[in-house]
Amino acid sequence: MDITFDHVSYTYQPNTPFEHRALDDLSFTIQSGSFVAVIGHTGSGKSTLIQHLNGLLQPTEGQVQVGPYTMKAGEKNKQLMKLRENVGVVFQYPEHQLFEETVEKDIGFGPQNFGVGQDEIKRRTKEAVQAVKLPEELLERSPFDLSGGQMRRVAISGVLAMDPEVLVLDEPTAGLDPNGRKEIMDMFYHLHQEKGLTTVLVTHSMEDALAYADHIIIMNQGKVYREGTPLEIFKQQQALEDVQLDVPEVVSFLKMARDYGLDLEYEGQTIAELAKEIALKVKGGGDHE
Amino acid sequence: MGERQVEFRNVSFRYQEDMPWVLRDVSFTIGPDEWVAVIGHNGSGKSTIAKLMNGLLFPQEGEILVDGMPVNEKTIWDVRKQVGMVFQNPDNQFVGTTVKDDVAFGMENHGMPRELMLERIKESLSAVGMSDYEQQEPHRLSGGQKQRVAIASVLAVSPKFIILDEATAMLDPKGRKEIMNTVHRVQEERDLSLITITHDLHEVTQSSRVIVMNKGEVWMQGSPRDVFSKKEHLQEIGLDTPFVSKLADHLKAEGVPLTREPLNHQELLEELWTSRSIM
Amino acid sequence: MSSSLIIGQYIPSDSVIHRLDPRSKIAVIFFYVVIVFFANSVMSYGVLALFALSSAVLSKVPFSYIMKGLKPVWFLVIFTFLLHLFVTREGEVAFSLFGWAVYEEGLIQGAAISLRFFLLILVTSLLTLTTTPIEITDAIEELLGPLKKVKFPVHELALMMSISLRFIPTLMQETEKISKAQASRGVDFRTGAFKDRVKAVVPLLVPLFVSAFKRAEELAMAMEARGYQGGEGRTKLRELKLERRDWLLFAVFILLAAVLFLTRS
Repeated sequence: MDITFDHVSYTYQPNTPFEHRALDDLSFTIQSGSFVAVIGHTGSGKSTLIQHLNGLLQPTEGQVQVGPYTMKAGEKNKQLMKLRENVGVVFQYPEHQLFEETVEKDIGFGPQNFGVGQDEIKRRTKEAVQAVKLPEELLERSPFDLSGGQMRRVAISGVLAMDPEVLVLDEPTAGLDPNGRKEIMDMFYHLHQEKGLTTVLVTHSMEDALAYADHIIIMNQGKVYREGTPLEIFKQQQALEDVQLDVPEVVSFLKMARDYGLDLEYEGQTIAELAKEIALKVKGGGDHE
Repeated sequence: MGERQVEFRNVSFRYQEDMPWVLRDVSFTIGPDEWVAVIGHNGSGKSTIAKLMNGLLFPQEGEILVDGMPVNEKTIWDVRKQVGMVFQNPDNQFVGTTVKDDVAFGMENHGMPRELMLERIKESLSAVGMSDYEQQEPHRLSGGQKQRVAIASVLAVSPKFIILDEATAMLDPKGRKEIMNTVHRVQEERDLSLITITHDLHEVTQSSRVIVMNKGEVWMQGSPRDVFSKKEHLQEIGLDTPFVSKLADHLKAEGVPLTREPLNHQELLEELWTSRSIM
Repeated sequence: MSSSLIIGQYIPSDSVIHRLDPRSKIAVIFFYVVIVFFANSVMSYGVLALFALSSAVLSKVPFSYIMKGLKPVWFLVIFTFLLHLFVTREGEVAFSLFGWAVYEEGLIQGAAISLRFFLLILVTSLLTLTTTPIEITDAIEELLGPLKKVKFPVHELALMMSISLRFIPTLMQETEKISKAQASRGVDFRTGAFKDRVKAVVPLLVPLFVSAFKRAEELAMAMEARGYQGGEGRTKLRELKLERRDWLLFAVFILLAAVLFLTRS
């Protein structure tokens, strides 16, 4: 599903002393099937943005188009349920939304609300727990008896079982240890490719944006500050620093390397490839001296 | 003896008799003014160490000495005065209705006179750069700001040891930086030892010593350089290593001579620079 | 996200009423409520009303806020008035309304009772408009202090109140978060039959309880780690001190009571 924001603004608590314009005339397009990272500081508007993707918030001005569904300022959307079925959102710390007696019931909760049949729910549940690598014996257990990491996987399965076409991830790895983080992100990437999902990842991690996204949107003060491929974005180190954002470590390393006479351009090399290039330069006997 | 030290002597701990040991025969010493990072994957027992240090839990075997006092039911109140703790969730340790009240909470518990409290509130809030927020309510603060208040609350009691138990895990990069800068400054300005329990590799490289935990045992101890030079072992127990450390390995494999384990970009680049001049 | 979370109806200002010791405010309101029931003449009602209205003016709280606070009880005031109007059958007939005789006494009693009602609500809402919840908590802890002698857990009660106040905004934010997460999973909180809407609350309440318990557990541990061991041997940062304005308030109030009792008929 293509996603288009057309001059979207959103204001919290309009006409009160607490009035706050969180999105300010925001326009961008996300291609169907792409993996987009949305980056920005707390308060940059990214969390308001994602709530527009499944109609939790309705624009104060402008229009949001998600596939065939339109949300326009001042107009009631009659297909809200359809939209929510098609756009799965994994919120920050999604394990906080678990409530059923068993893991299986909790995973089936979403699809059931959208009127999916029992057999189909069973099938999807099985598929979802496999996708997140949860052992099937856990299905009968209470979600509250599981470890934190397992609970997160259950919550993610619950969203996957809705069988969405668009997957929105709001810092899905927050609070996990490095191992768990990588496992979860690899899992989402795999799903993205296998199912041809449109994935929107909200993250603070430049490393994740670099590793997984094919398009990056940098938000600042409710506007798109920069937009482009990871390589295009991370070349603009200064622009990112201006809004107090970092670049991936490899990029800042290469920038510093320039001061030491090692002039290498970052073109998406792996660490091993980079080591080869550096080794060549170093052994090559100081071509800059 | 044992002044300004935390000492674990053959400590073993489990929550219940029929449950597996969380810690097994753990021994180490943390000296005055040290910054010790404790790392290990989830479930390695690292958070239990923190709770044992100030008597929130007691070991079944072995002994823990804080500032020369054995930690037990009789000494916990004195121990807690010496060992300040900052926890992971910024919200669930903020007791007061305002910043000022929260900083006072620990001091009130220890029965400090009001005049001293007022003085210490000023001091400790300025030490963490939160002086302008004295009257602020917690729900108007960012996660990083709340954690800075938590640090101020601990400082106000002037302990000899501060434990940060994954205190940056729930923060965004900006909040994380705020906390690390604060901690750095505080550690330089005051006489105290710092124990950080963390996943953040960047935090680890800044510490003076690292204790690596695995399956409830001390798996390795040493300077960050020593620890990261044994990366194969770290990866074995599911721990990551910093970017420069990985790059250095690949460089060595390519035949670039590197003599010491780099801890940051600059160290690696400087060595590359020297090795280039030699070649 | 939502930055408008105001607990209670407190309106910040630095008026003299705001700066009064919360204990004085509570004590005076308590005795005010008592003496209102002794008023029985125009003059005595007059001084009571004067006291309440001048306090309202001194508080610098916008009149519209006070009226907003009174809105839910207007109905009660009017209802009380009408009830007395129609039920009382003493004295001369004043006039008749739709064939119902309204007696003079009914008119007077109705007006008096409604006025009492109005004054009571006015002064008590002035308390919450000019005093933060935490100040009220402190005052209650102090005023109930003597009960500690009979082992009443005054300190614990006050601590409980202040922690609740501290966590109300946090839990409200949490409620919003969870309801959004469940709405994304297809829960409809807004439409549907009553039964369905009640059912929709379960996926909201269970996670809220789970999280509240977890918070409580972590908070208890954090408090213990910070040396909390009950009220004994504890000192307090928040200090209530009676100032000159408080003594002035007492003087004015005693004067009011005296005038009231002198002008009773």
